[in-house]
This record gives sequence, structure tokens and C-alpha cells, in this order.
Amino acid sequence: MTHHLSVRNVGKRFGAFTALKDVSLDVAAGEFVCFLGPSGCGKTTLLRAIAGLDRQDEGKIFIGGRDVSNLPPAARDFGIVFQSYALFPNLTVAQNIGFGLVNRKSDPAAVRRRVTELLETIGLPEQAAKYPVQLSGGQQQRVALARALATSPSLLLLDEPLSALDARVRLRLRDELKALQRRLGITTIMVTHDQDEALGLADRMVVMNQGVIEQVGSPREIYGEPGTAFVADFVGTMNFVPCTASSADRVRVGSIEIDCGRPHGLAAGNAGRLGIRPEAVRVHTHLNGFGNSLMARVDEVGFHGGFVRASLSPLAAPGARIAADLSTGITDLPGLAPGTDVPISLPPERLRVFHA
Amino acid sequence: MAATLPVDDDLTASPPDPGSLERSVFAVGVAAVALVLVLIIALPLGTLLAKSFTDTDGAFVGLANYQRYFSTPALVQSLWNSVWVSALTTAIVIPLAFGYAYAITRTRLPLKPLFMAVALLPLFTPSLLSAISFIYIFGNQGILKGWLFGATVYGPIGIVLAQVFYCFPHAFLIIATALGLADQRLYDAAQAMGTSRWRTFTAVTLPGAKYGLISASFVVFTLVITDFGIPKVIGGQFAVLATDAYKQVVGQQNFPMGAVVGFILLIPAVLAFVTDRVIQRRQVALLSARAVPLVPGRNPLADGLAMAFCASFGLLLVGVLAVAVWASFVTYWPYNLTLSLKNYGFAEFDAAGWQPYRNSLLMAAMASVIGTVIVFVGAYFVEKGRGLAAGRGLIQLLAMLPMAVPGLVLGLAYVFFFNAPWNPLGLLYTTLLLLSINCVAHFYTVAHITGLTALKQIDPEFESVSQSLKVPFWRTMGRVTVPICMPAILDIAVYLFVNALTTVSAVVFLYGAQSKLAAISIVHMDEAGATASAAAMATVVFATALGVKLLHLAASKWVFGRLQAWRQR
Repeated sequence: MTHHLSVRNVGKRFGAFTALKDVSLDVAAGEFVCFLGPSGCGKTTLLRAIAGLDRQDEGKIFIGGRDVSNLPPAARDFGIVFQSYALFPNLTVAQNIGFGLVNRKSDPAAVRRRVTELLETIGLPEQAAKYPVQLSGGQQQRVALARALATSPSLLLLDEPLSALDARVRLRLRDELKALQRRLGITTIMVTHDQDEALGLADRMVVMNQGVIEQVGSPREIYGEPGTAFVADFVGTMNFVPCTASSADRVRVGSIEIDCGRPHGLAAGNAGRLGIRPEAVRVHTHLNGFGNSLMARVDEVGFHGGFVRASLSPLAAPGARIAADLSTGITDLPGLAPGTDVPISLPPERLRVFHA
Repeated sequence: MAATLPVDDDLTASPPDPGSLERSVFAVGVAAVALVLVLIIALPLGTLLAKSFTDTDGAFVGLANYQRYFSTPALVQSLWNSVWVSALTTAIVIPLAFGYAYAITRTRLPLKPLFMAVALLPLFTPSLLSAISFIYIFGNQGILKGWLFGATVYGPIGIVLAQVFYCFPHAFLIIATALGLADQRLYDAAQAMGTSRWRTFTAVTLPGAKYGLISASFVVFTLVITDFGIPKVIGGQFAVLATDAYKQVVGQQNFPMGAVVGFILLIPAVLAFVTDRVIQRRQVALLSARAVPLVPGRNPLADGLAMAFCASFGLLLVGVLAVAVWASFVTYWPYNLTLSLKNYGFAEFDAAGWQPYRNSLLMAAMASVIGTVIVFVGAYFVEKGRGLAAGRGLIQLLAMLPMAVPGLVLGLAYVFFFNAPWNPLGLLYTTLLLLSINCVAHFYTVAHITGLTALKQIDPEFESVSQSLKVPFWRTMGRVTVPICMPAILDIAVYLFVNALTTVSAVVFLYGAQSKLAAISIVHMDEAGATASAAAMATVVFATALGVKLLHLAASKWVFGRLQAWRQR
């Protein structure tokens, strides 16, 4: 597989603040990659470095095999959509979309043809003569996308393009964006702080924190096998229970021995944190032969529509808290009254052990 | 969304690297604006500084000039005169302006736009106009001469009266802005706690307006101490710094001593400037983005008092203005009060006739056009440019500097710089072009801030988008930035025009026989005893400035309505 974009050891500082530290990344042609992380993690800085809008202090960037590290944005080959859309308010929709085309001294008829084509692509063929202020937020977002695509760039950069929209429009546009990207096969990088967006859109996710890449992987990998406690905590919800390694593949939580199913990497006697997703915790009606079974007291039950979340305290591990999500579609929900004790089990294949 | 997005080959062909040309144009542009500002601001001021440390032959003498200045009793006397007259004017103007601004921002005063307009009227007059009016009111032939109980208006009394009129709008604007930045929630909280009106006023209102009051005080003090026109016309034998500088330079050709006076005049202005910077930084923190604008509640007593005060003071302002206008039409004051246009036949009183007025119009138009282009392009580079931090920083620094330099000082600096034998630019000396350049430099800062403010309101990503689309910055500037900023650009142009038309203090050192301006002709006709014609010329200037402003208001409406249809939903 050829890499369309390669980032090599890129670093960037703003005064005393290190925004990016030794970041390396390869993106394949046609891939949809999401940069995900909390605000200030460096994801937008990395995007702007790739665009050439804020030059990196060190490291190299290649687009299409060409070293663009020191080239201005105009000499790189990308289209960009910002959170604010940055549509020119005094130009019509058609003029906005054609803005980058007119400059290339091409024949006006060809420009018009291309603009019409793009308007159809984004499903707004009737809006050509309107000004941005007359459009809805979702329509503005699509016009910004069409403008970025107008010059047929090989790389599309999206800086939180959906976060200015209300929830319903955001969901619809997310699907449209994904479909459009698939159809065009354009290599796309999107910056977002919304994990649902990243999980739903990306072929691969890049989770960032404090200027470094924590983990790169498919949404399934990131969610199912988080490499660090930060990723586990930032993407989805994770229970963390203090534990001590007792052997290569077992840990002790309070007075209970837990089987992790595979080597966890902690030396025996060292402290760690046992992680499990709430939906992976099993709640049973009676104790039987499940692995890693234990009794827990129900502290609280919260209703969340499609599921209920039970807060549980394992009897044999004072102080530890485990949340368990149970689908409300299941009819034989065990009697989860606060104050009662229920048997639960922690499936070994869903357990992760992190450093303390 | 539709099916496919075919790639159009003739559109995707990559153009030759557009970045290098763009960067060169940007670098040349920044260098050009910085060079212009160095030439019209930094070098003249530097020459003035150097001049104050040399003798008349140009040899370095250290602080000798300053020593001689402070050991000359007459000169020290005028320093003292300047200081107390300025302080007294400030002490009178600030409470008046506060009362007027309070009435407009914090009460339910009716006809607010009218009262606003009245308060701002003096901005459109040459400062000399109010002095001429007070001569007609309290002077030797004055209609109300008796009211002074034998005291003469030609001296400190006349100066203070005229300065109060002239400085009022400046103080009013600053204080009204400060009072306008009020947070309704603070007043709601005070009321909820049962706080008395007086305590609310002293605990909430005054602290909120404190910075505005300090800033306005400095501005007024500086305006008075550096103004040349009013003491020249109504000061009589009462010597002040500004008239000293004029006498030293124009009368005695003693440039080093003129430079010393210039530098002393710079002190309060620089103090005012620094205070203002510090204050603005604090003022920002005062009003958070979540503040709720204050809506004055009904209070019959306060509203009535506000009406009474604004109506009587507003009438005074209009009255002072009206006296000069009326006197300019009177055939022979005070013996023949029939109205005629006799005084408008300027050729009878000044050989140049109407030529100074035409010169003023041409000069103001040039200042407006040249200035608007330089100011806007400079502001664009500062706000929207990337890279070349040193060059852009220099532009910003030099753009903010003129705020701290009184016109009189800048005028002196121009004399020293452009009249120096070594300066090839000397051929500009006494030309209308140099006068207009001087006005651009004099009024640069406010125009620059207007441009910056407008540019700051534009999405900073426009430039990024243009770069990604390989569109050079000048095309985005021409098609997007300038059209969006059109109202601010008009503001800058009108501001420069009106000020160039009415200013006296800087240009009085720089004009020549061929480039005499209307404002200078007013001084000359007054000096020659043709006060009525001086009033007539002042009236013409006032009418022109006001007319241009009204045209501007009409044009803005049109620009917003027709040319900027994109603003409407």
C-alpha cells in the first residue's frame, strides 16, 4: 500500500508550550483518518502543519511522495474545511465554490460547468445565487466542502467541520460526508474531539494527548484494545479497578484472584489497574461456573433509555467500583434493587491491565 | 448527494508554484509600508529629538538648550501658564462631559440622537472658531461684554472658555463609551440587595467609568496644552507653550529652542498615551462576553434633570457656534447688524482670496485618498499577514506612535526634517503634498485602529482557505476583504478628510505662499483685524466638514443597503 501522506518526527512549540512532540504517521491513499483528542492535545496543530498554515519546528512532511516540509500552503495539494466554514460572505454560493478555479485562468464556461457539477454533488443545485448568510448551517458546511473539493485536491483536511451544527444535522452530514469520501476516494484527515464522530467515520483513528500520538488503529481496535489508560478512558467508558499482579496472566483485586486470559506485562507484585468496559460486565441471576465470578452490592441504578447502568461494589474488594451496562431489551433482568447483592463475572477476553 | 465527481483535467493541471511570487509581493508590500512610515513618522521625530540637543549651527550641546530654557523666566512663565490653563479646562470639561454622557447612556432622555449630534458638532469646526465666537460674545465689541465685570476675555478666560467648547466632544466620546460598557446584572444584583441609588452610583457606576474618566482627563489636558489656534486668536498677551514654539521657530528661526518646547509638549501627550494603553488593557477585563447590556429604567427625576442639563448645555454649544456663523454674515459688527455676504469676499482681506479654501479641499482630499490606502494596506499586513514579524511589528509600532504626538510637535518635526539641507525630500517642503502627508501622519493612529478593528472581525481562516485554493492574497483582499471592510474604509477616508480640513496646529509650520490653507487664512485674517472674515472662513470650513460627514452618513446607508445586499438574510 502506498502512503499518500507521511509525517516524520514532527515537533512544534509555542513559546514554552510543546504542542507536538516527535509525531510520525503514515496515511494510505484513499484512507479516512480522524485525529481525536481533548482540546490542546495538538490535533489541530498537526493538521495545520500538514497544511503548511503553521510550519512545524522540526521534522518532515511528505504529500504524494513529495517533500513539502518547507513549501507554503499554496504549493501543497489539499483542500480544507474549517469549523467556521470561512465562506466569503460577500460572494454567492457559486462564486465561493468557483473561487479557487477562476484564478487558474481557465475558460469561464469550464468553471461554470465545474461549479454546477459540485453543486449537484453536494445536493444544493438550486442555491447557486444565494449568499452564505441565507443558508442554513448544514448547507453552509456543504458549500465549504464543495469549495475545498473544487480544485480536485489529492488530500482533504477537515478541522472540526461538524461541531458547529446541531446534533440532528450533524448525524445526517456525518453519513453524507462518509458516503462522499468513499465515492471520491479522496484521502481525508478530520480533526475532532467527538469520539462518536471518529468511531463512526474513520478507517483509522489517531488518538492524541499532550502533543504525542497515544495510539493509532481502526475504531474497533481503539475501542476494544486500548493501548493506554488514556485511550481507554477517552474513548468510551472504562472501569478502572486497582489491582496487583500475582502471576504473568493473573492479578489480584482485593481478596479475589482474576484470570486475564493472557500475559498482562506487569511483574508479579507490581500494582496496576484492571480495565473493563461497562457493557462487558456480566450480571447473573445466580452463581454458577463462569470465570472470574464474584459477588457485588448494587449501590445505584441509573436509567439511560436503551440501557441501565448499575454501580456495583465487589464485596471482596472494598473501595473498588464497577459500572455495568445492561440492555433494557433483555427481559429477564436480574433483580437490580439498590442494596441487594448480585453475582457478576468479568470475561477474561474483555479485560485489559494498565500500569498504575 | 449525486453520483460521481469526475475530475476535470484542464482545471486540475497544477500551476507553477504560486507561493514564491506571492511571498515576494508580500515582502515588498510590508517593506514599502514600513519605509513610508519611517519616512513620515520616525525620521521627523528623530530629527526633532536630535535638534533639541544641538545649537543653531548643528553642534552637539547636550542639555544646554534645556538649561537655557529653564533659566529664561519668560519661557518658564508660559510653561506654568500652559499647565494651569490646561488643568482648569480639564476640571471644567470632565464633569460637564460626564453629566452629558451619563444623561445619554444611563437615563431615558428623549431625542438621544439629536443630543449626540449636538455634542459632536465642535469636532467639525477648526478650533479657532470657538475662539472667534467668544471674541464676539465677550470681546471689546462683544454682545455680553458686561458679564465679565471688566475682566478681559483676551487671555486665560477666553482660552479656557474656547477650549471647553473645543474639547467637550473628545471627553464626551470617551466617557460615553466607558459608561456604555455597563453590565445590567451588576445593577440587578445591587437592587436585589436593597442598595441605595447613591451607593450603587459610587460602588458600581463610578468604578466602571473610572478608566474612561482618567483617560478623558489626559486627552483633554493634552489637547489644551498643545493647541495653537485658540491661544493665538484669543490669548492676547498671555503666553503659552504652543505660541512660544511658534514664535521661536517662525519668528526667531531659533530651531533648537523650538525643539525643546516641542519636547516639553510631548511629555503630557506621551503620559496620556501610556495611561490609555494601560487602561484599555484593564477595561477589556471589566466587561465579559456574557455581560448583559444595561437598559436604563424609568426614573422621572433623573430623566427630567438629564433633559434640563442636556438641553441647556446643548443650547450653549449650538449658541457659541451660531454666534460665529451669524457674525460672519453681519455687515459691520456691532454698528450695522444687517446681514450680507460682504465678509465672504475674502480677496478684500487676504490677497489669496478663496484660494486657501480650494487648497484645503485639495489637501484634505489627497490626505484622505493617500492616507486611506496606506492605512488600510498597513492594517491588513499587520492583522492578516503571516511571517515577517519584524516588519509587521514595526508597522504596528509606528502606526500607534502618532497618537502620542501632538500636531504642533509633528509640525515642528516636519520643519526640521523636510527643511534640512541634506534631505533630498526637501523639495516637498511647503507643497500641498507634504501638508497632506503630514495630516496622514498626524491622524494615522485612529485611522489605523479603525482598520484593524474591522479586519479583526473577519474570519482569520479566509487567508488559510485562499492559500489552500492557491489564490494569491491580493485577490482575496480585493474580492473579499476590501468589500467587507467598505464601511470602515469610508470611515477612515472621512475621518482623515474632516481632520485635514480643520487642523491648524501641524500645518501652520509647513505651508508656503502657494499652499496656504483655509485654517491658516483664518489666523491671518484674524491677526489683520478682519475677524468677521476669519469667522466667515471658519464657517465655510465648518459647513464643508459637516456636509462631508452628512454625505458620508447617506453614502453608508446606500453602501449597506445596495452594494452589500449579502448582509441581509
